[in-house]
Amino acid sequence: MFNRRSFLGTALGTGAAFGAASLLPAWARSASHGNTGLTALTGSEFNLDVGEFPVKIGGRHGHAVGVNGTLPAPLIRFREGQEVTLNVTNRLKADTSIHWHGLLVPFHMDGVPGVSFPGIKPGETFQYKFAVPQSGTYWYHSHSGLQEQQGHYGPLIIDPAGADPVAYDREYVLVLSDWSFEHPHRIFAKLKASAESYNFNKRTVGDFLEDASEKGFDEALSERAMWGGMRMSPRDIADVTGATYTYLINGHSTLDNWNGVFTPGERVRLRIINASAMSIFNVRMPGLPMTVVAADGLNVEPVETDEFQMGVAETYDVIIEPRDDRAYAFVAESIDRSGQAVATFGPRPGMRAEAPTLRPVPTLTMKDMAMDHGAHGMDGMSHGSGDMKDMSHEGHEMSGMDHSAHGMDGMDHGGHDMGEMKHDMSAMSGDDAMMTHDHKTGPGVANTAMMPVSRLDEPGIGLEDVDHRVLTYADLRALERNADTRPPERELQIHLTSNMHRYMWSFDGVKFSEVTESIRLNEGERVRFNLVNDTMMPHPIHLHGMFFELENGGGDHRPRKHTVIVKPGEKLAFDVSSEHIGDWAFHCHLLYHMHAGMMNVVSVIPNGEHGGMAMPASADDPHAGHHGMDHDSHDGHQDMQDEPHDMDHGADHGGHH
Amino acid sequence: MRQLMTFRAAILSCSALALVPSAIGEEGDKPWSQADDIWGEEAMAEARAEVLEKHGDIRSTYIQAERFELQSSDDEDVILLDGNAWIGGDINKLWIKSELEYLPDEGEFEEAEIQALWSRAISPYFDLQTGVRYDFEPEGLAHLVIGAQGLAPYLFELDSAAFLSEEGDLTARVEAEYELLLSQRLILQPRAEIALSASDIPEREIGAGVSQIDAGLRLRYEIKREFAPYIGIEWHQRFGQTADYIEAEGGESGEAVFLIGLRAWY
Repeated sequence: MFNRRSFLGTALGTGAAFGAASLLPAWARSASHGNTGLTALTGSEFNLDVGEFPVKIGGRHGHAVGVNGTLPAPLIRFREGQEVTLNVTNRLKADTSIHWHGLLVPFHMDGVPGVSFPGIKPGETFQYKFAVPQSGTYWYHSHSGLQEQQGHYGPLIIDPAGADPVAYDREYVLVLSDWSFEHPHRIFAKLKASAESYNFNKRTVGDFLEDASEKGFDEALSERAMWGGMRMSPRDIADVTGATYTYLINGHSTLDNWNGVFTPGERVRLRIINASAMSIFNVRMPGLPMTVVAADGLNVEPVETDEFQMGVAETYDVIIEPRDDRAYAFVAESIDRSGQAVATFGPRPGMRAEAPTLRPVPTLTMKDMAMDHGAHGMDGMSHGSGDMKDMSHEGHEMSGMDHSAHGMDGMDHGGHDMGEMKHDMSAMSGDDAMMTHDHKTGPGVANTAMMPVSRLDEPGIGLEDVDHRVLTYADLRALERNADTRPPERELQIHLTSNMHRYMWSFDGVKFSEVTESIRLNEGERVRFNLVNDTMMPHPIHLHGMFFELENGGGDHRPRKHTVIVKPGEKLAFDVSSEHIGDWAFHCHLLYHMHAGMMNVVSVIPNGEHGGMAMPASADDPHAGHHGMDHDSHDGHQDMQDEPHDMDHGADHGGHH
Repeated sequence: MRQLMTFRAAILSCSALALVPSAIGEEGDKPWSQADDIWGEEAMAEARAEVLEKHGDIRSTYIQAERFELQSSDDEDVILLDGNAWIGGDINKLWIKSELEYLPDEGEFEEAEIQALWSRAISPYFDLQTGVRYDFEPEGLAHLVIGAQGLAPYLFELDSAAFLSEEGDLTARVEAEYELLLSQRLILQPRAEIALSASDIPEREIGAGVSQIDAGLRLRYEIKREFAPYIGIEWHQRFGQTADYIEAEGGESGEAVFLIGLRAWY
């Protein structure tokens, strides 16, 4: 049934399986190896063999897991609406899978073992078959084990059925990734043993002395004491860093110098895919502006910029128009500045642009802790929990905190225990509202964002003070009017939670392994997801199977995305039209965060099933692992439909614990 | 409008309850199940169990020689191995701790103990540890152990435990460590260990109260995070009756030792 058949042995593209990096697919080769831009591919059937093969990266030999013997995997290109068949054969000893990232496939073709299908067993061939109503730049990768880290990822382009609104003379795909010669399970074990195993950007005694001479000893000390008191580091920016990673562009390290050619004056379209396991990149081309024309595959109103921060799993299409007869560097710099990958664009093959030096390591601020808030009038607050006490009290004594006034006199603190905290938020409004945390706490939740704020108009960690333009999410506008502009009928609030010290990551304090019920949406329902980042790290959050409209003030031209970075201490919102029936994975796309439990499933339940329930599933069902998410589930539901944007309803109710 | 919707919701709830109680019961067992109809219940059940387990319920192992060092004083040399290992998940772990003191000149162990502890995460930064300790040297002696280990505010590593021996004697130890990064790899670690006893235990040469304090500085270089040789100095001071026992044997109640050692983990 359903396109699943066992397949034993004969050669299906295995000829290339031991080819190594010299046999890169044409799209991933350098100009010096004959790549002068993508060629249009036609075809509707693709054979993909997942296996192990040797690779050579930066002059060193390694061992990859991937598709058809190349790293990255072959480019899959087809046309919008065209039915395609993809035969995936597993030549590994372990299960594998392919997830088509950002594609609106039927859910049983989405490729997540245990969620949308059983996975692909060793020796088996699984046939994916679908037609999708979309075009743009996407990618595909394994959703099994930690194979993504080992090389199991590749680009996917869907050409539009009609005319492309983006005009260009030449195009390239740039797949950014992070390669390690260490086994991914070893990386994870080291993070569990010591979460700062790969952090060589910590603050030292020397940094302290420098700060002391700049700001004065007392202030430097109290600043250190504030972080130390919370048992946190303002340099926890990336968990896995350049200490083990070689950053790659199309499988090439900086040393390997991927190079592309252009004729001066041409419009060149770069389809940039962040296929990393763990690395958020800052992307720039010194001396050359980039015009962003698509985000996550879908067209946006062209916006010119000089740099952008790119979450894992996001894609951006940019147009560059190099006019000078010179080499330009394309720089993908890891967010923690522990390394970068540099490629070259030049008028002739084989040119090598000068790699810029790494910029100084950014340091997190109180804002990243959701503490940079107007704490005016909060003297009456009393928190029983030791950690909260540290945070709030020491935080308030911090010099240099940005205290601005908010009318918080109306606050009513019913409980002294965080687990039972109840805030009457009626006197507050807007994004600055103090956060309720009615999710699970305990060893897995080291901190909670007290005052999360919107940060969509910020460029991202480390890019606040650069001397050129940086794209923000607030700049993005969909090129086409949003198809669904209904206000949300219901709101969910989901906290991104962690204990960095124990390397525990979760949603609402519940690891995926502890989830007893998925997040339920009903077909046709318009639902707002409010994501609150309680952690000190940015998380690229990905929802399978559907695009969401990111609430960035864009009205009916809000950007539609499949992945969004939620910055530390940020609260953001997106709306989902529950059109695509099925169970869809929903997770942080930082691979080891997902592996540690920062994942759930969003189930879109068809109408007419189970009595045609239109009510939020599990509204009064206390057994669910994520019962705290349904913020309107008690008495606010009807009100919510009348006033869907009113924050009070999301916040004005007590904890469950 | 509002009333109408309430009414509709109520009707729907009632009809749902009446129509599909069995379905709700079944669904309750599975966190999601829509793919079951397509790929079969059995195949999906297996894959679902696996995807859940592999995203959060990970068992890890860790083994560490925290202090493997030669302690050299005027008196004598001691080789110390302070080792730890654990296996388990985020919340529950089996911890093994051992401390061996070997006298190379005499070719014998001065002290040898091992602890087996159930370590349970009780807060973001602390584990409660309970279990048993057995001393092989200087004499065979079993203890019950209860302790707490974790990271205190201001980033002090703490390990404290109380020991009730089979003889009924109650003793305790508190260890505290701190790390000063001179560079990303050169780390100065102040460390102090305090031993206490509820009573005089003459056969173990321990006096009541604070019996001993060891305070030292270790300077290590992390060639890799997992592999760091070090040098250091430490002061060992016995107090009260404990000091008297040592002095009666001709030993010193206080002594400085020089350290050279290795900190390593996997």
